[in-house]
Amino acid sequence: MTLTLHGVSLRIDGRPIVHGADLEIGAGEFVGLLGPNGCGKSTLLRSAYRALRPSAGLITVEGDDLVRLTPRESARRTAVVAQETPAELDFTVAEVVAMGRTPHKKPLDRTTTADELICAQALERVAAGHLRERGFTTLSGGEKQRVLIARALAQQSRLLLLDEPTNHLDIRHQLEILRLVRGLGISTLAALHDLNQAAEYCDRLYLMDGGRIVAGGSPAEVLTPERISQVYGVRAVQRAQLVFELKEDQ
Amino acid sequence: MSQAKALRRGYAARVSDRLWPVIAVLVLATVASTLFAVTIGAVQVGPAQVWGIVADRLVPGSAAPTWTPAQAQIVWDFRLPRALLALLVGAGLAVVGAVLQALVRNPLADPFLLGVSSGASLGAVLVFILGSSVLGGLSLSVAAFLGALLALVLVYVLAQRSGRITPARLVLAGVALAYLFQAVYSYVLQQAQSGRAAQQVLFWLMGSLGGARWEMLPIPTVVLLAGVAYLLFQHRPLNALSSGEESAISLGINVTALRVRLFLLTSLLVGVLVATSGAIAFVGLIVPHTARMLVGADHRRVLPVSALLGAVFLQLVDVAARTIAAPQELALSIVTAVFGVPFFLWLLRRRG
Repeated sequence: MTLTLHGVSLRIDGRPIVHGADLEIGAGEFVGLLGPNGCGKSTLLRSAYRALRPSAGLITVEGDDLVRLTPRESARRTAVVAQETPAELDFTVAEVVAMGRTPHKKPLDRTTTADELICAQALERVAAGHLRERGFTTLSGGEKQRVLIARALAQQSRLLLLDEPTNHLDIRHQLEILRLVRGLGISTLAALHDLNQAAEYCDRLYLMDGGRIVAGGSPAEVLTPERISQVYGVRAVQRAQLVFELKEDQ
Repeated sequence: MSQAKALRRGYAARVSDRLWPVIAVLVLATVASTLFAVTIGAVQVGPAQVWGIVADRLVPGSAAPTWTPAQAQIVWDFRLPRALLALLVGAGLAVVGAVLQALVRNPLADPFLLGVSSGASLGAVLVFILGSSVLGGLSLSVAAFLGALLALVLVYVLAQRSGRITPARLVLAGVALAYLFQAVYSYVLQQAQSGRAAQQVLFWLMGSLGGARWEMLPIPTVVLLAGVAYLLFQHRPLNALSSGEESAISLGINVTALRVRLFLLTSLLVGVLVATSGAIAFVGLIVPHTARMLVGADHRRVLPVSALLGAVFLQLVDVAARTIAAPQELALSIVTAVFGVPFFLWLLRRRG
């Protein structure tokens, strides 16, 4: 297992946010984390990259207790695309991607041609090579998200955590990001909002409600009309309507 | 493979193409501005004479004297240490500014934001007004440094909660304490018996290199060189930190420990610099910005370029301060404000 959570509880300023969460991500799986606003999705993700320490429970990455790994080692195993976008200071795209090499470098290490190659390839892989010289703050939302994914790729981790990567993007860019992430073949846990998109792109889903994981499994198992009604308080209705897909030539 | 090579070349070119030319120009400018500063003054000394005096002092008898003993004394005892101190203070304030802007993630941050310079000023004012005998024979610079240290400890204690320091709390605690210290030393100044001493202190508070002597140089030199060397090794953590706390954590940075180290280091630097030259405003704000415009935001390039640019800038500022109203000297903050305020306002408007 790339990532496991056993009975993880999380508090922020003493306030309990997540209660006894169990979760597993296998090698190469694309797993979606769903749930209404404020259900604890982001908080759960933050615990998996050490921004928040569990008040109870165990998190392992590739079999090792996360608490026992050094910050550097943990960052070599797990890369994150968080919601907060970096850079008040105007870094270029190339510099943002190069930050992905941070956990591989000791203070005295120089940036080698191998590092530069890794960064360049990461940018090509998200089809953003042409943005290399641009200032990060001048990019559109979709471009920023692609560049941050490139930074995560430059980190060469085997686990990728994404916090609502399609937030604020138009439909085409949403689909492009999901297809891109799916095609990476890296174990991925992504907090997502769109149930239909999650069902279509993810291998498995977890559904959270009120700080607890209330269901886990294949999209068909998790997203039943009864459960959606319970968790979101809306009725799931099957209806013939437009479905959006990327065109083949894009 | 050739495609990979091409990719890499494009990448590498961007990273290093402008750094070394900029550094080369700035090193030349540092030497030239220093030489210029040493030749300028009430007593005329030519550049060739300056070289001769310096060579003769370093290796006695190595140059045939084309100067008077008085010229030699002025250059060696007063102008040269002053010019070297200008370089140190300018470089130090600029580097501190660059680091603080990364630390609090705000491009408008400046070395005096953390209350440290006000603490140092308070220490200095007490020695000036009360006389060093009252404070147990403390020299002015030691008192300034102790004041900086006091401010540092207070800001640190106030800004932390369960071991975590956040930029917002750091700034708020620093600004609040700065006002408190200013109130205290203003009160002391107001109550001072001798108007002349008070005026002297006011002048010093606004920055002056007039007191520069050789024996003042070793401590700032060592602290600055060690500090800049350490910060250069930390360029990746600094970049990560300026991209945000969560992002830095996810890149493997121990953010809390890094913030504490940076806070201590910047406070130490500010304390040492203020102790030698008073509180010089705006250098830490405008120089790092100019450096970023020249070479981008990567701290591997911003730090050395800021240091050199700050050194040259303060050297020229000091020349201006000595010459504009000669024989009277202007306080350095007056000169830096003339450049700094328009720059600050321009920055404010540009950022919307």
